[in-house]
Amino acid sequence: MPVKFGSDNAPGTIGEHLVRCGVSRRHFLEFCASLVVTAPFGLALTRKARAADVAREIAKARRPSVIWLNFQDCTGCTETLLRTSTPDLAELILNLISLDYHETVMAAAGHDAERALQAAMSENAGKYVLVVEGAIPRKDKGIYLKIAGRPGIEILQDVGAQAAAIIAIGSCASWGGIPSADPNPTDAVGVDSIIKDGKPVVNIPGCPANPYNLLATVLQYAVAGTLPELDALKRPKFAYDRFIHDHCPRRPHFDAGEFARSFGDEGHRKGWCLYHLGCKGPVTHAPCSTRHFNEMIDCWPIGIGAPCYGCTEQTVAFRVPMFQTVQIHQATPPDTYAPIFTPEGHVSAVAAGVAGLIGGALIGGGYVASRKLGSGTSSGDDTKPEPDAGKE
Amino acid sequence: MTAYAQPAAVQGAIFTRPVRALTALAVIGIGLVVWRFVVGLGQSTALNDGYPWGLWIAFDVVTGTSLACGGYALVLLVYVMNRGQYHPLVRAATVTSAFGYSIAGFSVVIDIGRPWLAWKLPLFWHWNLRSVLLEVALCILTYTIVLWIELAPAFLERAQASTIPWIRQLAKTWLPVLRRMLVWVAALGVLLPTMHQSGLGTLLLLSGPRLHPLWNTIMLPLLFLTSCIAMGFGVVVLESALSSRLLGRRPEMEMLAGLGAVIRPVLHLYLGVRLVDLIVRKQINQLFAFDSYSVMSLIEFALFFGALALLREERQRRDPRTLFRAAMLMLLGGALYRFDVFLIAFQPGPQWTYFPSVTEILVSTGLVAAEVVGYIVLIMRFPILAGAPAAAPAS
Amino acid sequence: MGISRRAALKAMAAATAGTVATAVGTPKAKAAVVAAPPDAVGMLYDSTKCIGCKSCMVACNEANDLPPDTALSGGLWQMPLDLNERTKNIIKLYQDPNDGSHAFVKRQCMHCLDPACASACLLGAMKKREHGIITYDPDLCIGCRYCQMACPFNVPKFEWSKVMPKMVKCELCNHRIAKGKIPACCEVCPTGAVIFGEYTDLLAEAHRRIDKHPDRYVPKVYGETEVGGTQVLYLAHTDFAKLGLPTYGSDPVPTAVREVFQEIYQGIVPPIALYALLAAVMIRSRRQLTGEGEEEKP
Repeated sequence: MPVKFGSDNAPGTIGEHLVRCGVSRRHFLEFCASLVVTAPFGLALTRKARAADVAREIAKARRPSVIWLNFQDCTGCTETLLRTSTPDLAELILNLISLDYHETVMAAAGHDAERALQAAMSENAGKYVLVVEGAIPRKDKGIYLKIAGRPGIEILQDVGAQAAAIIAIGSCASWGGIPSADPNPTDAVGVDSIIKDGKPVVNIPGCPANPYNLLATVLQYAVAGTLPELDALKRPKFAYDRFIHDHCPRRPHFDAGEFARSFGDEGHRKGWCLYHLGCKGPVTHAPCSTRHFNEMIDCWPIGIGAPCYGCTEQTVAFRVPMFQTVQIHQATPPDTYAPIFTPEGHVSAVAAGVAGLIGGALIGGGYVASRKLGSGTSSGDDTKPEPDAGKE
Repeated sequence: MTAYAQPAAVQGAIFTRPVRALTALAVIGIGLVVWRFVVGLGQSTALNDGYPWGLWIAFDVVTGTSLACGGYALVLLVYVMNRGQYHPLVRAATVTSAFGYSIAGFSVVIDIGRPWLAWKLPLFWHWNLRSVLLEVALCILTYTIVLWIELAPAFLERAQASTIPWIRQLAKTWLPVLRRMLVWVAALGVLLPTMHQSGLGTLLLLSGPRLHPLWNTIMLPLLFLTSCIAMGFGVVVLESALSSRLLGRRPEMEMLAGLGAVIRPVLHLYLGVRLVDLIVRKQINQLFAFDSYSVMSLIEFALFFGALALLREERQRRDPRTLFRAAMLMLLGGALYRFDVFLIAFQPGPQWTYFPSVTEILVSTGLVAAEVVGYIVLIMRFPILAGAPAAAPAS
Repeated sequence: MGISRRAALKAMAAATAGTVATAVGTPKAKAAVVAAPPDAVGMLYDSTKCIGCKSCMVACNEANDLPPDTALSGGLWQMPLDLNERTKNIIKLYQDPNDGSHAFVKRQCMHCLDPACASACLLGAMKKREHGIITYDPDLCIGCRYCQMACPFNVPKFEWSKVMPKMVKCELCNHRIAKGKIPACCEVCPTGAVIFGEYTDLLAEAHRRIDKHPDRYVPKVYGETEVGGTQVLYLAHTDFAKLGLPTYGSDPVPTAVREVFQEIYQGIVPPIALYALLAAVMIRSRRQLTGEGEEEKP
């Protein structure tokens, strides 16, 4: 009997599509659980929700149309989206969204591909989500990247004009990434340097970015038509509001002063903190420390013993040398404890001096006073009559 | 029994150079007291949670009141033991006592943290009758009043010679009344110090487990009482000798030598109780352990035994220098004993250190200076000292 | 009055000597096992369960409206080094220098059964009130700090930094207990290292734990007998002295003072009697002095 994913499997909904494609409910729920883990807060879809709730919401939503453009990229972000740890998940992902144009995975090529793009645009005008991967060169009117004879800038502006929202996936699309590294010969920039007409742009930096951030954003949009709360750099707060350092599994080693000093040394083998190997965790906003890649534990740089190089941050990645340590700006909460006995109080040298002075004066004065008293009547001591010398 | 002269005000300039210097010290001290109230105890003192009682308690209050026991000791001697020959010393000693206790009371007010609630002290329904400090506080308060009442005749006598008629009348009416009831007041003036001087010793019994065994004994009240009586006599000797200098006369060695003899049994009692107590409590080994505690105790004993040695013979007691030095040794010993109990024997733990701050030291010094200046003003304005006016002005 | 002075003096001397002898000679009144009040509550702290998370410190400051002590961290993190005027409860760490093992210890007011602070306090600001909790009433406090001199655990702290200072110490969250809640530290403790309950129940539980796991605990409940017993009890794997819990006998701290007060003062009667005696003797002296022709001049 047909499996239901939601209260109704109305045509056009994600739920209906999943049923038609024979996706198991269990896989779908597992996926929704991953979404909850990705964004436990900061995203309306998953906030305080159980996987079943998320599943129900998603199943009701219409399958969002996604047009995916690639510019100066390595296709790593696509890879990370589709290189799931099991093949079924990739299928699931492709069934959740309607990937209407994606150069890497679509069947068409050449002119057919162009026609597919135009068709996708016109069928879903104003409703599709544009995902951009890769930086866009601006130098010399953008001639350094041309697809079908058109400069990337033009394509982006064209496709972007009719998009409901634009998501820049990966550091390249977010701020320029590797192509923008010094000397940036092509003047490679991110999407929001090109699209300035007020269209909502969401940056999801990373090299590659975590695909679940993308999926959470897209599905949120599909379910509620809204985008997650963004920070000043247009990055979703649910993923980029904290430093890696603040959630790093190796933080206790940092706090305890246990560092790997060179690759392969004892500390490195024991999984100690990589700060002294140049880890940029303390200055990098990213969620990698708690959401690893490919649905596998420790499948992320620090997890395998490679120091983070700050791939999400424009000011860090490809600028600050790999093994250069960074300054820690935010003080670490101390892991020190009060000792059993804490010394307190001290002897002030000045006070001791003053006390000595006064004490000495009193005793000395007393002695002098005693001398001036004169001896008794019967004693044979020298008894010079003392002149009046005033009160001591 | 020599006939003694009437008490009379000492003639001469009050603000001699030494007195001006003392006044300056007193002014500095008072200024620092004001500062203490402005900034609080934390900033003005070196007191801490390990040593909440410091110089102001150990010296100003505890040692200060024992140094002000001259009046008590003399009244005990003259009116209870009926040795009338020491009578001339009483009034001057009472002045010192009155000032001493007043300064001590003032020191309490500046040392406690919430003095604005001190008015609640007489509210008997709040009294914690198990509290030693309550007994000490009430007794000291009452005794200070008693001392000034005991001095009142001196003021009224001066008032009798006043140019203002109603003051003269006041003095004429009240002086005889006062003289008649004085014995009842004086009896209080013996009871109260007995209670609170021993009480001061009892105070530290409550620190029991944290009091060093060389000083922690149930005999603390008795030891404080006996040492304060001895110190009272010592102060009288000192003060009388110095006052005689002021008047340009030889000290009254008849009386003072007699006092020297009286001190001896008191010191014997104190030292006897102290030593027997140490033996009974098996702490004699501790006394000769030669750590810092043992050394302090030994210095105490040395000072007292030294005083005793200087008082052994009649010849020594008649020599003003020797007597004066014996008195000083004894006062130092008594003061050291109190410092030791309150600051050295009290062991909050090795992590705590305390040494008085400069402010504390200067306030204590200033208050003592104020006391001395006050004493001088009083004896030069009112009939306190027995003796002829100075022939030559004291410079 | 008819009493010869000599006789009077002899009587006084004898009385003093007798009192002193009694005080020295009498075997100390057996330190009575101090009875806990019937509704006594307390805390049981098990050092072996404590993970040093310090939630109790945070909760304590919040429940008591006390700003945390952030002095050492320049205003950032709560890190006091000891109980102080902003810290009523603290977790301290003991590290064994020999084998590197460690243990945590929670310090706060012990709520003694026969408290030294309550014996010391002039006007009863520190007093053992409902449930045996020692509470502090600032309206009766003159700031004399005698309670600090008296407390064998050095618990009450003084607000040195303030111009209008008070004493600060744990009051077992009596304001919360009055509303049917439990002390904040016990409420937030994630491992149940510190628990709240009736004193008798806690004592029984402490012994039960020792019996059940003799290898886990030092075979002693700290606070059961120390200074007459305290309502806060401790269990630990480490020597209590190493954790900073001082070694004390079972005599309550006010015992010595009580002996002095009871044996020597015995209430108000001896002082009044002594006064009467003194007045009698002094009146007689005055008569004799007057009789010798000296005008009475006190």
